[in-house]
Amino acid sequence: MNAQTLYDKLWNSHLVRTEADGTALIYIDRHLVHEVTSPQAFEGMRMAHRKPWRVGSILAVPDHNVPTKNLAAGITDPISRLQVETLDANCAELGITEFKMGDIRQGVVHVMGPEQGATLPGMTVVCGDSHTSTHGAFGALAHGIGTSEVEHVMATQCLVAKKSKTMLVKVDGELGRGVTSKDIALEVIGMIGTAGGTGYAIEFGGDTIRGLSMEGRMTLCNMAIEAGARAGMVAADEVTFEYIKGRPFAPQASQWDAAVTYWRTLHSDAGAKFDTTITVDAAKIKPQVTWGTSPEMVLSVDGIVPDPANITDAVKRSDTERALQYMGLKANTPITEIKIDKVFIGSCTNGRIEDMRAAAAVAKGGKVAANVKLAMVVPGSGLVKAQAEQEGLDKIFIAAGFEWRDPGCSMCLAMNDDRLSSGERCASTSNRNFEGRQGQGGRTHLVSPAMAAAAAIAGHFVDVSKQ
Amino acid sequence: MQKFEKFSGLVAPLDRANVDTDAIIPKQFLKSIKRSGFGPYAFDEWRYLDHGEPGMDCSTRPLNKDFVLNQTRYQGAQVLLARENFGCGSSREHAPWALDDYGFRVVIAPSFADIFFNNCFKNGMLPIKLAADKVDELFKAVEAKSGYALVVDLVQQTLTTPDGAVYKFEVDEFRKHCLLNGLDDIGLTLQHKADISAFETKHRASQPWLFA
Repeated sequence: MNAQTLYDKLWNSHLVRTEADGTALIYIDRHLVHEVTSPQAFEGMRMAHRKPWRVGSILAVPDHNVPTKNLAAGITDPISRLQVETLDANCAELGITEFKMGDIRQGVVHVMGPEQGATLPGMTVVCGDSHTSTHGAFGALAHGIGTSEVEHVMATQCLVAKKSKTMLVKVDGELGRGVTSKDIALEVIGMIGTAGGTGYAIEFGGDTIRGLSMEGRMTLCNMAIEAGARAGMVAADEVTFEYIKGRPFAPQASQWDAAVTYWRTLHSDAGAKFDTTITVDAAKIKPQVTWGTSPEMVLSVDGIVPDPANITDAVKRSDTERALQYMGLKANTPITEIKIDKVFIGSCTNGRIEDMRAAAAVAKGGKVAANVKLAMVVPGSGLVKAQAEQEGLDKIFIAAGFEWRDPGCSMCLAMNDDRLSSGERCASTSNRNFEGRQGQGGRTHLVSPAMAAAAAIAGHFVDVSKQ
Repeated sequence: MQKFEKFSGLVAPLDRANVDTDAIIPKQFLKSIKRSGFGPYAFDEWRYLDHGEPGMDCSTRPLNKDFVLNQTRYQGAQVLLARENFGCGSSREHAPWALDDYGFRVVIAPSFADIFFNNCFKNGMLPIKLAADKVDELFKAVEAKSGYALVVDLVQQTLTTPDGAVYKFEVDEFRKHCLLNGLDDIGLTLQHKADISAFETKHRASQPWLFA
C-alpha cells in the first residue's frame, strides 16, 4: 500500500461514498454546536420534519453571547438572551447534551470539547465555527462549517465534501525563550499569507511540534483557518493519549487499549507525499505582533511598521495604506513604541490553562500600566477557571490589576458586552485583527498570552524573550 | 431552494483584497435566530456612518457616501466584483445570507475562502473564480461604464460583457446540477441512507468507543 498522509487516513476512514466528480459523503463522528450558528439549522430541521440522525454525536454549549461578569444576573441584551434560550430549548426538545450557562463545564466550544475528551484521535469533528480546526490537534479531521451544513450533518450524519490538497508545515529546532505556538502560527501566516492554505488541509509536523503540549498544538491548529486552511492537524502521540486519558467522554478502560492501538496509526507514513511542504526553523522565530487588519500583517516584536512607499504591488500598497489608517499607525514606527489601551487574554486560541499560566508568570509581581484602561483575563471554560484558581493564578492577575472574568468567547469577537470603543488599541490573544472585530473602530494586535501580559504591564509592546 | 437561471445583472466593484465575513456582516447581527433580513446590514460598518444594531431602521441612517455600494450607479447590483481571498475569516453563513438578501446572486473574484465559497452554493448563490488579470479587466470596464451589466449563464458557464466578450468559468458538476435544479442537499444525501447506515455499522464495529 502506498504511504499515506494523516489526512488521507482520516479521509479514507470516513468515506461513505464518492461521486464521479470527486464529491464525497464523509461520515461525521462529533458535532459541536453553539448558539450563534445553530438556530436556523434547528428551524430548518423542524420545518422539514427531520430528526437528528445520531443525537449522541452532538454536544452543545453557549459561548459567543455569554457575559463574563455578573453571570448570575443572566444576559441583559434580550436578543442575545433569546439566542441562548433558543439553544437551550432546541437541545431540551431533541435530547442533546448541553452544558448550559452556570455549568462548570460551560466554556468556549473549542476549549470545552477537548477538555471533556469529546475530541478523540481519528475522529471527524465539525462545528458551525471556523475555529473548529482546533480539534485537529488530536490527530482528528476537524473543520468549520456553515449553518446549512450544520443542518445537513444533524440530519444525515454526513458532510458533502471534496478532498483537500495537503500541506506539511514542518517545524524543527528549539523555540527561543518566551516564544510559543501562537508565535509559530503567526510566523507561518506571515510566510504563506491568509490565503496560503486555501484548499489545503495543513499537517503540522517536525520535532518542535512533537515537543508542544496539547494546549500548544490546539493553538496552532486553531490558527490554521487564519492561513486559509479549513483543517489543521497534528499526528496523535503519547502526549495526545496522556491528555485524553480519564476525561469524561474518553474511551472507557475496557476499550482504552484498543483505542490507543488504533490511534498509534494516526500519523503520516514515512515517504507520504504532500502537495506542498513548508519548513520553518523554530530557533529563528521571535515573538510576533500583528500591526494591521489581517493576521498576515504581522512582524516580529523587534520589527518596524511597514512603509507603503516601499511596496510596488498596487493592491498590496493600498491595502497597507488602508490598514495603517484604520490602525492609526505611522509607517516605520517600531512595534515596541506602540502603546495600548486594553488587553484581552482568552479565546479558543489562547484561553487554556497553559495560556493562563504563561500570562500569570509574566504578570506576577507587576502592575498594569496607567495608560491601560482595562486588562482582562477570560478563562476558556469553567474548568479552566477552577484550575487556575486552584493554582492561585487569579490572585496573581487581580494583584497586578487585571480583571478575572467568567468563561466565554468575550472580546475575541465582542458579541457580548466586552468590546473595544472606537480608536481603542488592544493587545489580544485572540485570532483575528479584522476591522471592527473587537468592536467598531477598535484596533487589534494579535499576540501570545505572555506578550499580552507583558504589554499590559509596560503599557506598550515589549519583547518577552528579552525579559 | 430557488433555481439558478440565466440573468443579466448590474455589476458593483468592491476593490479590496481579503474582504472578511466580519466586514460582510458584523457580529452584532449574528444574534438573530432567523435566516432573512440581513441585507440592510450587509457591509454595515463601511456602508453607514453610525453604529448599526439589530432592528435599526436603515432607511434613516447616515450613509457613507465614499462606500462604493452607496453610489447611485450601483443601486440594484446583482453581481459583486471583488479581489483575492473574498469571504475569509469566520464561517458565518450570515455572510452569504446578507449578500443574497441585499440582492447579489453572483460574486466574482480571483479567489475565495473555502467555507464562504461552500456556503454560497447552499443558498443558491454562485461564486465565480476568474484569473486575476481577467478580474482586473472587469474592474476597469465596470468603473469606465455606468450601467455595466454581465449576462451570467450557468448552463454554458459563461459571463458575457455588454460588448459581447465572453469569459468562461469553471464550476463543479455536482454544484452546478444542484444550483440549476434548486436541489436541497439534505434530500439528496438521504437518498443514500442505506450507504450511510452500512458505513455506520462497520464504523461502530471497528471503533466502538466513538459510539459510547
